[in-house]
Amino acid sequence: MKHLTQFFSSLFLAELFKGLSVTGRYFFKKKITVQYPEEKTPQSFRFRGLHALRRYANGEERCIACKLCEAICPALAISIESEEREDGTRRTKSYDIDLTKCIFCGFCEESCPVDSIVETRIFEYHGEEKSDLFMTKEKLLAVGDKYEDQIAADRAQDASYR
Amino acid sequence: MLDLILSIYEIPVINILVKIIAILVPLLLTVAYFTYIERKVIGYMQVRIGPNRVGPRGWLQPIADAMKLMFKEIIFPSGANRVLFIIAPTIAISTALAAWAVVPFGSEMVLADINVALLYILAMTSIGVYGVILAGWSSNSKYAIMSTLRTAAQVVSYEIAMGFALVGVVMAARSLNIGEIVMGQGGSGILGWYMWPLMPLFVIYFVSGVAETNRAPFDVAEGESEIVAGFHVEYSGILFAIFFLAEYANMILISVLAALMFMGGWLSPFEGVSFLGLGSTFLAGSSIIWLISKTVIFMFLFLWFRATFPRYRYDQIMRLGWKVFIPITIVWIYVVGIMYYVELAPWFTKG
Repeated sequence: MKHLTQFFSSLFLAELFKGLSVTGRYFFKKKITVQYPEEKTPQSFRFRGLHALRRYANGEERCIACKLCEAICPALAISIESEEREDGTRRTKSYDIDLTKCIFCGFCEESCPVDSIVETRIFEYHGEEKSDLFMTKEKLLAVGDKYEDQIAADRAQDASYR
Repeated sequence: MLDLILSIYEIPVINILVKIIAILVPLLLTVAYFTYIERKVIGYMQVRIGPNRVGPRGWLQPIADAMKLMFKEIIFPSGANRVLFIIAPTIAISTALAAWAVVPFGSEMVLADINVALLYILAMTSIGVYGVILAGWSSNSKYAIMSTLRTAAQVVSYEIAMGFALVGVVMAARSLNIGEIVMGQGGSGILGWYMWPLMPLFVIYFVSGVAETNRAPFDVAEGESEIVAGFHVEYSGILFAIFFLAEYANMILISVLAALMFMGGWLSPFEGVSFLGLGSTFLAGSSIIWLISKTVIFMFLFLWFRATFPRYRYDQIMRLGWKVFIPITIVWIYVVGIMYYVELAPWFTKG
């Protein structure tokens, strides 16, 4: 009996019609496409995009060259050289992130004791040659200066979860 | 001036050429926009919106695609037989287009009104297989030749089931002439169509047609999600485009034949229907618009199938063709014989 019903349901293409009805219904559903350059999906304040180095309000750079980010970086994308400044504090001589190596895991940001290295919401950047994606200390600080308001707002929103 | 044009039109060669252009230009435009509609329909079924960037609502997309393919380089694989490499797509497209010569678009609108039209169409689609075989062989590539073997075997197997399905139609209409097959379905509106007494053959005809044209879910030869392209892997540029064109022209041919042979072609579904007096309104008149709308239904089915069904395994395709379709068609041909014998109205009455 079971074989018989199966024989007839396959003979009359029962399951195929069921499948067709599903796609037929979806044909009339509202489309969920986001038309990218004009429309964008909402972003989280935890979005991990292009990196930036931040400064304190008085203009002093936050980074103290502790090299925790360099140590934690799983892709070995960060390289730091430090020196003693005239006022006796330890500062970075160079702070380089190779974006072609970076996997955007956010560990550098997590490890930073002074919230200096952060990942911003910027994801639409490009380089015409490989060196354009090699972020030096100057470039990172420039990004930080430019987007400081957004960065600070995002950190403030995330603060209660930390 | 008008007399001059008319007298030129009377010359047989010119007359036929004009008719060929009148068939081919709309056909090729339909092919171009069929690719666009395909991408749109499948997109809609996948809750996307499909191409919409080139021109308003993406209407210029097929033209952009055609331009791109025309300007691409044609690459000849090393060791390929250059002559056959070019002849293969030529065979594919010429047979696909030549079959349209006997397709009637109305009771008087047919380029070649021959009495063996159905046989001619089967012959043309069979020769089309040579395009596939030559393409695979002349490419000098083991992937292409393997795919060729699969495609050729599949097309040849389903041709048998398709031919058997058409035998039922020929028995019902007592003619191989497509115009007479359509006229045999007239007189009683939608009920007079052959799709009712020949329902299993109708389904088998269309499914075989899908398999013949190597479309999803029988597209193991192309298998775009797992392998690439199949017998035309080595083709690029305009030669590839010609294969593409032939495939879509064949799809439209299968659709228009299904409309002609099983759904009454250009006959109105309301012809001779007394319900609500529809039989006496303008809707009852035969017109090419009926043929086009019926064809569009089948063309849409091709896309709907592609958006719905997962691909058959190769041995399942062969099993379906040989062990399911052919027995069913043979049984139903017996049933048609009985219906023929008892002159079942309205389809089998001797006119």
